[in-house]
Amino acid sequence: MTQPFRIATAGRLGKADPVRFTFDGKSFEGLTGDTLASALLANGVHLVGRSFKYHRPRGMVSAGAEEPNALVGIHRDAARRAPNVRATVQEIYEGLNAVSQNRWPSLSFDIGALNDLASPFFSAGFYYKTFMWPKAAWERVYEPFIRRAAGLGEAPDRPDPDCYANRFAHCDVLVIGGGAAGLSAALAAADTGARVILADEQAETGGALRYETGAMIDGKPGWDWAQAVAADLVSRENVRLLTRTTGFGYYAQNMVGLVERLTDHLASPAQDQPRERLWQVRARRVVLATGAIERHMVFPDNDRPGIMLASAARTYLNHYGVAVGRNVAVYTAEDSAWYAAIDLKRAGVAIAAIVDCRPDPQGPHVEEAQRLGIECLTGHAVNGTGGRLRVSSIKVGPISGGAERSISCDALLTSSGWTPAVHLFSQSRGKLAFDAETQRFLPGQTVQELVSIGACAGSVDLEETVADALKAGHEAAGASGNPPKLSSNSTERWSGGMLGAGEGAGAESTAKAFVDFQNDVTAKDIRQAVREGMRSIEHVKRFTTTGMATDQGKTSNMHGLAIAAEMLDRPIPDVGLTTFRAPYTPVTFGALVGHGKGRLFEPVRRTPMHDWAAAHGAVFEDVGQWKRAWYFPKPGEDMHAAVARECRTVRQSAGIFDATTLGKIEVVGPDAARFMELMYTNPWQKLGVGRCRYGVMLREDGFIYDDGVVGRLAEDRFHVTTTTGGAPRVLNHMEDYLQTEFPDLKVYLTSTSEQWAVIAVQGPKSRDIIAPLVEGIDLSDEAMPHMSVREGMICGVPTRLFRMSFTGERGFEINVPADYGCAVWEAVWAEGEKHGACAYGTETMHVLRAEKGFIIVGQETDGTVTPHDAGLSWAIGKKKTDFVGMRGLMRPDLVAPGRKQLVGLRTRDPKTVLEEGAQIVADPQAPVPVPMLGHVTSSYWSENCGHSIALALVAGGHERMGETLYVPMPDGVIEVEVTSTVFFDEKGERTNG
Amino acid sequence: MLLIHCPYCQEDRPELEFRHAGEAHIARPENMAEMSDEDFERFFFIRSNPKGIVYERWRHIHGCARFFNAARDTVSDKFLMTYKAGEPKPDLDGEGK
Repeated sequence: MTQPFRIATAGRLGKADPVRFTFDGKSFEGLTGDTLASALLANGVHLVGRSFKYHRPRGMVSAGAEEPNALVGIHRDAARRAPNVRATVQEIYEGLNAVSQNRWPSLSFDIGALNDLASPFFSAGFYYKTFMWPKAAWERVYEPFIRRAAGLGEAPDRPDPDCYANRFAHCDVLVIGGGAAGLSAALAAADTGARVILADEQAETGGALRYETGAMIDGKPGWDWAQAVAADLVSRENVRLLTRTTGFGYYAQNMVGLVERLTDHLASPAQDQPRERLWQVRARRVVLATGAIERHMVFPDNDRPGIMLASAARTYLNHYGVAVGRNVAVYTAEDSAWYAAIDLKRAGVAIAAIVDCRPDPQGPHVEEAQRLGIECLTGHAVNGTGGRLRVSSIKVGPISGGAERSISCDALLTSSGWTPAVHLFSQSRGKLAFDAETQRFLPGQTVQELVSIGACAGSVDLEETVADALKAGHEAAGASGNPPKLSSNSTERWSGGMLGAGEGAGAESTAKAFVDFQNDVTAKDIRQAVREGMRSIEHVKRFTTTGMATDQGKTSNMHGLAIAAEMLDRPIPDVGLTTFRAPYTPVTFGALVGHGKGRLFEPVRRTPMHDWAAAHGAVFEDVGQWKRAWYFPKPGEDMHAAVARECRTVRQSAGIFDATTLGKIEVVGPDAARFMELMYTNPWQKLGVGRCRYGVMLREDGFIYDDGVVGRLAEDRFHVTTTTGGAPRVLNHMEDYLQTEFPDLKVYLTSTSEQWAVIAVQGPKSRDIIAPLVEGIDLSDEAMPHMSVREGMICGVPTRLFRMSFTGERGFEINVPADYGCAVWEAVWAEGEKHGACAYGTETMHVLRAEKGFIIVGQETDGTVTPHDAGLSWAIGKKKTDFVGMRGLMRPDLVAPGRKQLVGLRTRDPKTVLEEGAQIVADPQAPVPVPMLGHVTSSYWSENCGHSIALALVAGGHERMGETLYVPMPDGVIEVEVTSTVFFDEKGERTNG
Repeated sequence: MLLIHCPYCQEDRPELEFRHAGEAHIARPENMAEMSDEDFERFFFIRSNPKGIVYERWRHIHGCARFFNAARDTVSDKFLMTYKAGEPKPDLDGEGK
């Protein structure tokens, strides 16, 4: 018979369609609307997992998001393998494939269960102590073993093929939780016309009304009322009702993160349907109606499959129509658990006994239980349980002492009371207040615009909850006058409860009475932590790992705290409460990442000449967001050969280089020159119109921030170039000073990086190449000397033509409007080919500039290099009275001898190319630690020099010319000679060559 | 994510549009060259790090691009006010939390 534990007359699934699914390869049938947990229970399956540390058999504890035990893998296909899914949350669909975790070889026979026998070695804090020696064994032996033995599900090993959506939303009232409180609040807020969002984590709203059969609201049974209200809200234009949506994080200024699960419950989601959607909601007011979470009882062997929360058993019965056993016992310290026994009994399930540790509980529920003929053992405790893969008996004895008896059962429902779900309230930075009478932390002082209502605010009375909620919703919407009213009442009572260990798990007990099921933490472990000196709950938590599993201790934290407090003989609030942090329940990385992955992870910037370069075989490199042509290999060439050829060709005839990525800023205005004087070390006032200068920009502390060639186009107009990566921060730096320090200067700054395409033509033939294309500019050395700029036309397009050189050769940089970049490039290329020119990439650019000792900011500098260190003292205007960094440069440490200074290095063996970043020492034989003099910043094979070249920052480097130093490497020490930074054409004659 | 009021745009905009720019009301001295090492240290390196009201600079970099000042309570992470660059430091003693 399929689903032997389904009771046809109970629950709300009724004649729902059957659904086939598998668990660990075995096929089962459930009903549409089931969770994996309810469907397994309908088939009599309680055992679904092995515990984290001791590999003890475990079953479902709850029927909701707080589930600590029933974690499974859901395998949709090869790439979609979600680990650690709570069976109590996962809805079943046709063909669902679930597998158990943390067991080998099988769930019912698990070798790892030996850990349970060895548990004296795995007590609290064991990993801090036991595995410390020998040190090397940690990495090779202990850690791999522990990782295999203790664990959760396996992460998928393929890229996530699903897409995830992301939305921002604004509303007047955001209600979190769709139980009686949340629905009432949303209804009252919606009635005022306010924009309302209601989020509930379940597939249907209703909250505790799912199982609380004694509730009547507005003349209807609670659940029916909830569905009617939900339907009403959905139909309203000012309301957005989100189910399967968890409010997981409460952030500043009423920003709440919601995650909506869209496809995990569907058999075959559409290809392009997002799996989840992240909502970032900014709410004027937030109403928290997050309910309360039932706690289990802490007693010896309280973790066997079949032992679960009383409210969970009621949910399975009253909503899913599933009996969790045929002969069910109850162990409780509060009233609501009695209704589980009453409901089950009425549904025809045998109740072995109700054990209540309170001496004399009173009320209609007690009378009703007695009337139904249930054995009620008050003042009794459960001191142990029997059974291997399922509970089969409980040991019950009077608390006052006396004979124990064994009672057979196949399920045990426990409840020690309700913990208000104050997680989001606490995340909002609200202060929690401990209510000593009811032993609960309740919302205290609020910090943000929010209100807590219902069970999360401590209410145990439905009438009060609904009235409070209607008022809260009405007021949150900003409405005045009287809030609406709804009649409501419940025949059920929710009072009573206890914290900490029960009888049989007292201070002297060595039994395993679990506090935290998911991390296998027992009452004994908490006590041991206190004995070993932990005083704060924060320390107890980290030492024992209680509350640190994926469930974040939703059912266990209050027990752990109470046991620690008892051991310390201090009141609970004094021992503290661990911080509630987002997320409330686990959130997938996919939901947080949203669309920002793959091609959309970061923008890619390409120059107008990109396609030309690609068509001509360029290999590209990433420079920030830019794709830059790195080198242009010809058939058969490797990188080394291609770069060597490009380097030779540029110095022999010419090379053409795409320099478009350089940052460009137009500095304009009557005070432009004064502003430039303040921003750069160099003097600018006397720079003639049509002339260029290499500028060095410092931070206020005196260190190099950026550099670049600046051309003066007019008295009041400078064309500033920056490094490729530096363009945004240089503009920010300039704007900062202009807006806040020098607001009186009449200057405008405009980024023109994207407006100009830049074609560098470098080499002895450069002028011959561009001459036929240029109109209106005299290119002779007399009319247009090195470091000058002219405006004119090229190929019929306006140009700013710079005569400048980053190679040491005669050179030009042609700026044209970006849209014409590729056309002009092609024209220049056609001319270049006549002269044997080549296209070259960034690697050759780097080698050629290093041959000349030109620095690259960020390569030769690292934020601690001054112009003096870099050999750029000449670029500092000696007569200037102020510029950014001038005072910083005078700091004692910046003028002290022995600073690291930029030098050249030549290896003894000219063929050896140093490694960039390699350390430099004076004496490789010196005892460890060997004093480091500096490091190699740039290093290349120089085809033009016929030997390797390197630049390095070396302590006192300028005084070390000719000295021999050493670069120790793993395969030997390399001998180097300190030289000038200029390796090629030391006199600089080739710029006019 | 914070909502920040730009005093130039007169709009509450999400934090994503802004960039923090360090402590406010630290004027760059005009006589930089004559400053003692101690004065330079105070000007450039020393920053207050109060528990309570902090005066700080923000830039509406993905909006109007203006720098402005804000008073924020570091305990509650709430903005007390924002105001334009160059306006005097407001007296907000006792208004935190």
